[in-house]
Amino acid sequence: MRLLALALYRLVWFVPTLLGLLVVTFVISRVIPADPVALVAGETATPAQVEALRRELGYDRPLPVQFVDYVARLVRGDMGTSIFTRRPIAEDLAHRLPATIELTVVAMVVSVLVGIPLGVLSALWRNSLLDHALRVVTVSGLAIASFWLGIMLQLLFAMRLGWTPLNGRLQGFPPRTITGFYLLDAALTGDWPTFGMALLHLALPAATLAFPALATLVRFTRAGVLDVMQSNFVLYERAMGLPRSVIVWKYMLRSALTSTVTQIGLLFGILLAGAVVTEAVFDWPGIGTYAVNSILRSDYNAVMGFTVWAGTIFIVVNLLVDVAHTLVDPRERTL
Amino acid sequence: MTELLSVRGLSVDFVTDGGVAQVLDGINLDVGPGEVVGLVGESGCGKTTLARAILGILPTGAARIRGGEVRFKGVDLLREDPAAVNDRVRGRAITFIPQDPYTSFSPVFPVQTQIMDLMKWKSPRADNGGGARSPFRRYPRERWRADREAVLETLRAVQIPEPTRALRRLPHEFSGGQRQRLMIAMALLPQPDLIIADEPTTSLDVTIQAQILRLLRALVKQRGVSVLFTTHDLGTAHEICDRVVVMYAGQEMEAAPATAFFARAAHPYTRRLLASVPSPGGEIRDIPGEVPSLIAPPSGCRFHPRCDYATAECREGRPAPRTLAPEHGVRCYHPVDAPIGADG
Repeated sequence: MRLLALALYRLVWFVPTLLGLLVVTFVISRVIPADPVALVAGETATPAQVEALRRELGYDRPLPVQFVDYVARLVRGDMGTSIFTRRPIAEDLAHRLPATIELTVVAMVVSVLVGIPLGVLSALWRNSLLDHALRVVTVSGLAIASFWLGIMLQLLFAMRLGWTPLNGRLQGFPPRTITGFYLLDAALTGDWPTFGMALLHLALPAATLAFPALATLVRFTRAGVLDVMQSNFVLYERAMGLPRSVIVWKYMLRSALTSTVTQIGLLFGILLAGAVVTEAVFDWPGIGTYAVNSILRSDYNAVMGFTVWAGTIFIVVNLLVDVAHTLVDPRERTL
Repeated sequence: MTELLSVRGLSVDFVTDGGVAQVLDGINLDVGPGEVVGLVGESGCGKTTLARAILGILPTGAARIRGGEVRFKGVDLLREDPAAVNDRVRGRAITFIPQDPYTSFSPVFPVQTQIMDLMKWKSPRADNGGGARSPFRRYPRERWRADREAVLETLRAVQIPEPTRALRRLPHEFSGGQRQRLMIAMALLPQPDLIIADEPTTSLDVTIQAQILRLLRALVKQRGVSVLFTTHDLGTAHEICDRVVVMYAGQEMEAAPATAFFARAAHPYTRRLLASVPSPGGEIRDIPGEVPSLIAPPSGCRFHPRCDYATAECREGRPAPRTLAPEHGVRCYHPVDAPIGADG
């Protein structure tokens, strides 16, 4: 019940947070000195034609009116149409969403499954060769720009070694659509060759995206474990002769994770931002490339649509993290 | 008397930024079967280090054992196979009551999880074969039931109300005194021969302290368990101990049965320590001088720079143990033979 109360409490904050996000994005996109209407109208259009188009699109009205109108339609699920493709934004996003989610989730899973154990080992064997090697990896993981890493991986694994495809999500026909996630769909339909191909296509972009998140996780887990190592309960368990594996992988890890879990929410932010760049490098047909193109073309509705989507995901993930934190650290259960 | 625990000539160094600190210097200490021994000394005298050295949980990087032995039931624990000591001695034949019951439980697991994890490995019904020390090792159902019964019974013995419900709670839902009762229960459950209690009442309120001390003494006497009890508080030692050992700056100074200790302690340091206890109407008398550095400790008897009776031989070498009365030993060239308070 307390968990439910916590979830509801956070949900109440969802609306004002999202509204604030909308205001900021709306204002920023409208005040930049670019005129999408002129772009759409084309070079040969007369000023009168441009003004007519502006009126048709509703961009001649005062900003607050446009904003209220936008929000009113958003509430009904209408994100507007792209001024370039003339298709509903919601449709474009829904079409591209599975590709991004698949990439992000795989990157997340890889960074958690690899990052947390490496962080623990790094702390246990402090100042060992492994620890020093991992320090190099984590520092570079945070310092290297992901577009550069992506290009380097492409050069090595796709161009030179030829192990993986250069870019794209799949060559040939995608598996029958059930969920829109190629890996899942291929597995569900038993189409293992396609599954393998999809996995190969995923490898480089997922690695590129996972690297900074993995580096962050290693650092936080290591710090968490080092901190817990000094605690009295670990001393007590050692004094009572509990097996070391129980102390480390049950008691120490669980305590260290309480801080790491909070980081996973922030990591999702890193991944989301990283997805935009990574998708652009690997020509991944997801939300990220869509956002980049929309920004370059000042496609207001599309940029807003991406923002709403990213904001919603981010808020929902943080809600889940709060719930997970409560599960990991029962002391939090008192709201 | 055949001793249960017999520490001989134990010396431990700590590597610090300022140099090597000689924290224990040739310590001798005995604990007999069923005996409650108080290890008394000021903060920093090395009593906690001695407790941890006996348990074999000194910090691995910083601490070095320079010499000596820790004989438990005739076996030198320092030279035994560490895995065997961890399996069969630590938490089994020797258990531990920590100083701070607030932080000695993991905050994230219910008390039941933590007690049953202890019982899974350290129950008197667990097989001693060692074997796989994997966290995935099965806990046989039959033994789990028997162990859980023993846990409930022991929780009742340490006066935890509603033990079944208490087990489901998290550590922070208990008061400090109750947590220390849980710690006492966990120290008793493996049916050890010896309990090492490191200042177990220091972090508790004074009124709770007395309750816990009486409870602990009653339980160990009833079960015939020996206790090594470290404390800086002579009143606490008086309350619980059969015998008292005094430490100063990493050396043991005097060991005596409690009655003899509080009536006719012979070492000048012990007498100063007893005189410094504030009493109603009496003046508080501290010991002149400062606790010495352990990085460059005084030669010979480490108390000699502050001692009224010190002579040249005190500086040259550490006095050998000498017996004044049965079980009353002192390491001093000039023991004082007078009742406490007589030397003004």
